Amino acid sequence: MRIRFWGTRGSLPVSLTAADIKHKIVESLVAAAGRVRTRAEAQSFVEKELPFSVSHTYGGNSSCVELDVGSEDYILCDVGTGARPFGLHVMAQKKAKPSTFHVFLSHLHWDHIMGFPFLVPAYIPGNRVVIYGCHEAIEQAFRKQHATPCFPVDFSQLSAQVDFVRLEPGKRQRVAGLEVTPKLQMHGGDSYGYRFEHAGKVVVYSTDSEHKTDDKASTREFVDFFSQADLVIFDAMYSLADTVSVKEDWGHSSNIVGVELCQLAKARHLCLFHHEPVYSDAKIASVLEETLRLEQITREGHALKISSAYDGMEIVI
Amino acid sequence: MQVEVQRYADVLVVTVDGRIDYVNADEFKTALMPHLTNGTTGSNQVVLDLSRLEYISSAGLRVLMIAAREAKAKQGKLIAVALQPVVREIFEISKFTLVFQLFDSVQDALQQISPAALTAMKSG
Repeated sequence: MRIRFWGTRGSLPVSLTAADIKHKIVESLVAAAGRVRTRAEAQSFVEKELPFSVSHTYGGNSSCVELDVGSEDYILCDVGTGARPFGLHVMAQKKAKPSTFHVFLSHLHWDHIMGFPFLVPAYIPGNRVVIYGCHEAIEQAFRKQHATPCFPVDFSQLSAQVDFVRLEPGKRQRVAGLEVTPKLQMHGGDSYGYRFEHAGKVVVYSTDSEHKTDDKASTREFVDFFSQADLVIFDAMYSLADTVSVKEDWGHSSNIVGVELCQLAKARHLCLFHHEPVYSDAKIASVLEETLRLEQITREGHALKISSAYDGMEIVI
Repeated sequence: MQVEVQRYADVLVVTVDGRIDYVNADEFKTALMPHLTNGTTGSNQVVLDLSRLEYISSAGLRVLMIAAREAKAKQGKLIAVALQPVVREIFEISKFTLVFQLFDSVQDALQQISPAALTAMKSG
């Protein structure tokens, strides 16, 4: 299974500013001084020697993750603004060939659905979009954001067939060729994580989820939910100190809790996700470094791989 | 996990031994909170001696935050001292170093918050 991250930012899409780009170029030129003469050397230098936060960016699109299981259909988790580049990629690859798109929704907050009006395949006759979720008002939310005065193209004008399917939390069910188990999570208005199982591989998509880990029963539930997962995509938006103080009950989690739950669950790979929109690339990179260190100093036999999601990243499990 | 309490003048020194994780965080909370809330001690300044604490998880840190909030509400203080290297790193990574007052030793903390308690400690 190949997992593609089209949008990884939390709450609000962001973009680099002119000052951010200038800073990256200055840092790169200083680091490269006297060491790079040809394009090939420059390419190698950028790839191998510059820190990722200088040579690249974590990106700024909001939540959208694709699970590619090798089938003709497309499978997405959430349709934040990352759904826009995803749709353009599909159009470039498949042109006019009709396709089915399965979308699993964590919840209906704007950053998780705001890319849908810009999902080009939804405007193509012959395509089918199936939107799955556990909330009652999914269809209402999608129709509302297309309605005037929010958007100029009404939902009824979408040329693809769009269906809504309600899933039952806690129940393992076969959907789009995968075994899918939704789980209720702590977030304003509720959110749902998804455990996807396919061909012996397990991916958990768990965003917009707060954990009060002193609640033993809840912690055990999530350890079961993440159990032996090959990849856990985890909301690590804030520091732990924030989530238990000024941002308590804001419905998000931290890198520390991600490491703890994955260690207890013996998951193989933790991917930090739903980055705080005010964080710079350097800040996100430092959170990753600290998380790697935490895993190292708290490891008890079971090694946990850790990465930080960026727009355009692919993970193969 | 074990908790010992020692009183020096107007300060309580609470020493925590072992590990605090999601399994025993409740137990830690039960042991710690009465010293901040019931008023029977006559003190609202608590120094947490973590020199024998080997590990603390997010559940334990959450208890510390709740306790610090409770102390502050009573115009008191909760201070952590003598963190082992691993515990100090966990404080740093969790950003608890930004919200928690830390000292290198019990003596350093007492010198800062209550010279009377320091004298009491030195006199045994």
